[in-house]
Amino acid sequence: MSDPVGYLKVAPGSQPPLNSPGYGSTHKRHPKQAPIRIAPTLTESLAPRMLERDYPSFADMSVHEGRQAQGERIIVGGRVLDENGRPVPHCMVEIWQACSTGRYHHPLDTHDAPMDPNFKGEGRVFTDAEGNYQFVSIKPGAYPWRNHRNAWRPNHIHYSLFGQGFAQRLVTQMYFPGDPLLALDPVFNATPDVAARNRLICTLDMDIGKEEWALGYRFDFVLRGRDATPMENPQ
Amino acid sequence: MSKPSDDRSAAGRGELNRPAQLVATAAQTIGPYWALIEHPEWADLLRADGPNAGYAGGERITLTGQLTDGDGATCPDAVVELWQADPNGEYEAGFHGYGRSRCDAEGRFHFTTVKPGAVKGRGNATQAPHVTLSIFARGLMNHVSTRLYFSGEALNETDPVLAQVPEARRGTLIARPAGSGVWNLDIRLQGEGETVFLEV
Repeated sequence: MSDPVGYLKVAPGSQPPLNSPGYGSTHKRHPKQAPIRIAPTLTESLAPRMLERDYPSFADMSVHEGRQAQGERIIVGGRVLDENGRPVPHCMVEIWQACSTGRYHHPLDTHDAPMDPNFKGEGRVFTDAEGNYQFVSIKPGAYPWRNHRNAWRPNHIHYSLFGQGFAQRLVTQMYFPGDPLLALDPVFNATPDVAARNRLICTLDMDIGKEEWALGYRFDFVLRGRDATPMENPQ
Repeated sequence: MSKPSDDRSAAGRGELNRPAQLVATAAQTIGPYWALIEHPEWADLLRADGPNAGYAGGERITLTGQLTDGDGATCPDAVVELWQADPNGEYEAGFHGYGRSRCDAEGRFHFTTVKPGAVKGRGNATQAPHVTLSIFARGLMNHVSTRLYFSGEALNETDPVLAQVPEARRGTLIARPAGSGVWNLDIRLQGEGETVFLEV
């Protein structure tokens, strides 16, 4: 059996550094030593098989216990691909977000805004054989945090994706077009490359939206790809 | 240096001498509210109604450890994910090797699982029994990953990944027994005794 194929190196500037001074919580939590780069073994090449049988999907976050959540209903859809451009089928996508008033359904969130009892803010979907996913939700509201003076997070939705290889694991946030808070947000702006950062903003898509029912937004995910060329520094 | 590009027709330009067409999506912190997707039962890989229900092989173990930051303060809002082979050293061959544990008020993670076997390495190498741990938290823009090895394993002496870690820091990857079937590995994100994190 031949050795596992390596992953493509991270494109320069395309990921936020662990030490991102504008985001205060990174100060004491980022490792100061560089990680040790290893050649992938089976451990890094394979990944847990997240099956819908074991992790049931729930794709409509706009309804909780049969009741409609408040706010602007949205449909978000797109594809999950790898850097080689191949679709990632049967990929588990976890989703969580604040309600339309900017409040998380969570005891840690003490923001003084009315919590929507009909919005729990958790979703889970799987991509189909072509890497497509879609879910229904409510457009999340902005909310304050204590990072700097009068700091507010832009509207965003959190995602957690499991790919087909351990190194494809991705946790990220999706933002909305035209949000004036984006320019002020240290989390969004931590990614040095402007194009990479802007790819975290979804696009309005009238084909995804449903007439007289919901606006649609497109958002594609790209997971790390494989490098066909041999490792430069095999161990 | 290649420039990440929105132009999806960039394939074949030979940037970085690779067949990539796209650039991986930027990670963003999991933040403090990831608990909305928390399922505490996932920390028990042997749970009665889970994917490994009825799994009888191997030695049942508990893995625990305390997560601390650069001040030595605990990280109670973090989450640790586990990925491991089965007792035969195989992945996802009848045993689902994934778990997720929220850190408790003392910053401790807890997994109930089976002890993994030795895993085939690159070439003719054999890897000592290990699990990977990935840490996600507010203040971590991207997750960080490390390995947990078991002290006293003869294969630790020849493990190719441990061999890459400077000897003085190797102990940060080696769990110690902490009672019957219980193994402890503390994780220090920053500062004195900082855990060795691995990347591929």
